[in-house]
Amino acid sequence: MSARIIHIASNTFREAVRDRVLYNLIAFALLLSGAAVLVGQISIDIEKLVVINLGLTAVSLFGIVIAIFIGIGLVSKEIEKRTLYTILSRPVRRWEFIVGKFFGLAGTLVVNTFFMAIGVFAALLYVAHKFVASDALIFVALYFIILEFLIICSLALLFSSFSSPLLSAVFAFSLFIIGSFAQDLRGFAGMAHGVTRWLATGAAYLVPNFSAFNVISSIAHGQPVSGHLILYNTVYALLYAAVALSGAVLIFENRNLK
Amino acid sequence: MPAIEILGLEKTYMVGFLRKRPKVALRPLHLTVEDGEIFGFLGPNGAGKTTTLKLLMGLIFPTGGGARILGREWTDPEIKAQIGFLPEQPYFYDHLTAHELLEYYGQLSGVPAKGRRQRVQEVLQQVGLHDVKGVQLRKFSKGMLQRVGIGQAILHDPKVVFFDEPMSGLDPVGRREVRDLMEQLKQAGTTVFFSTHILSDAEALCDRVAIIHRGELRGVGAVEELTSSVQGKVEVIWQGTQIPATLKALGADCHVSGDTVRAVVPESQQDAAIDALRRERLRLISIAPVRTSLEDYFVEKLRRAETTAGRTA
Repeated sequence: MSARIIHIASNTFREAVRDRVLYNLIAFALLLSGAAVLVGQISIDIEKLVVINLGLTAVSLFGIVIAIFIGIGLVSKEIEKRTLYTILSRPVRRWEFIVGKFFGLAGTLVVNTFFMAIGVFAALLYVAHKFVASDALIFVALYFIILEFLIICSLALLFSSFSSPLLSAVFAFSLFIIGSFAQDLRGFAGMAHGVTRWLATGAAYLVPNFSAFNVISSIAHGQPVSGHLILYNTVYALLYAAVALSGAVLIFENRNLK
Repeated sequence: MPAIEILGLEKTYMVGFLRKRPKVALRPLHLTVEDGEIFGFLGPNGAGKTTTLKLLMGLIFPTGGGARILGREWTDPEIKAQIGFLPEQPYFYDHLTAHELLEYYGQLSGVPAKGRRQRVQEVLQQVGLHDVKGVQLRKFSKGMLQRVGIGQAILHDPKVVFFDEPMSGLDPVGRREVRDLMEQLKQAGTTVFFSTHILSDAEALCDRVAIIHRGELRGVGAVEELTSSVQGKVEVIWQGTQIPATLKALGADCHVSGDTVRAVVPESQQDAAIDALRRERLRLISIAPVRTSLEDYFVEKLRRAETTAGRTA
């Protein structure tokens, strides 16, 4: 990776930290500790299940919101505020800028997820008093959540490269919601006929298949995740993010800055 | 080898939503800036100065033409390590301090890590920001941001610098400091290309200037050539408030200001005017040819352009 990409990524990370993005951790900690205390009092034998479900879902949602809200402004804000002028007048390629921004945002989310994961494990320890071997499956769920973030980051950047922040947010959120039901969409496409079938199948495979990444519920029940799914999700997320990022680069390479 | 060669660079935007129509921002521009000179790019607001600079920086793409900077294609990313750019009314990452921002820009421009911090400190001193350590840019005034902007443009010791309205937002002292800085850059062999509509700055600083209006180059030349005595008149100044009748008869244009009188007479009547003052025993203070100021030249060029445009329409 070129040094310039690393510098742009570091600056993106620093900007997010200084814009108090990591303050969401406080809200997360409050939510989780409150939930842990509450379920400890009201549930019988399902405290662990509730904490894992709630904790991992919160990790995912907090991260998605951050990815979208930062991601949509990564390029458009720089164009709007003209901070890009002093970047692109240096020996920085446009694609390096996009890739650097992507890694900066992804890095922010990984660090954020790391701290949230500590919170999840702490809450788990509070309600269960000990860890068991199946708790290690939580790492798989966290890994899938990070893969989801990579896709969302790349999509937010793609939209940000040609659209306004508001529209980018609408597009990214819509894709996240539709993508969460991608499996159902594929099933529906299978039932359709003729041109509708072609269109529905195309749309179903075009939207990111986030449903394949959601293993929170099965992990909360202690069910293992197959190696095949881990491999599939890894390849899928990396390819999807790479394609979306290439689209962002392609658009940005040809864009006149106002 | 010229520092900058602009070879027919042009830009047309398509405007309108449903019925797109072309809007010419820059007509084919041909311009050469020699190595080591301070070159002023003059024009009223909306003339095409910023468009030209944005094209040269690769921020927008031309409709036609090209350019060479230091003998290489202007699109070559590596050439950018040798150029510095100050955009008009610059805005920077306001979560950073001036030191952090320049450090970051130094990294992107390939300033070696060893000595980078010292270089940042030197540049901040040079632009008059001595005591801003730990202060985020969001707390900087417009003038201070302008200084940071100039600092980032010269940080990596570029061979050519492009300044878009560098005096904008600066107080008289700040403007003077920037002028001095540009002189220093010239002495160090740096080519300075700057756009401005403040003609006194251009007149004081530039070796050559170009005038652009409505996207079209209207004139280019050395400041001395453009401001040379072309009017065939002399300016006579003497002490007192008395205006000799003979001078009035010579057709002199006289103005009393305090205890001096300023008269402009045709060059051919210069001796007669001096004789008239002697006869009246008035004390002559100065006599000098009337020079066309850059402003006169500029206004004349724009007036002619307007007239031509009117006739064409």
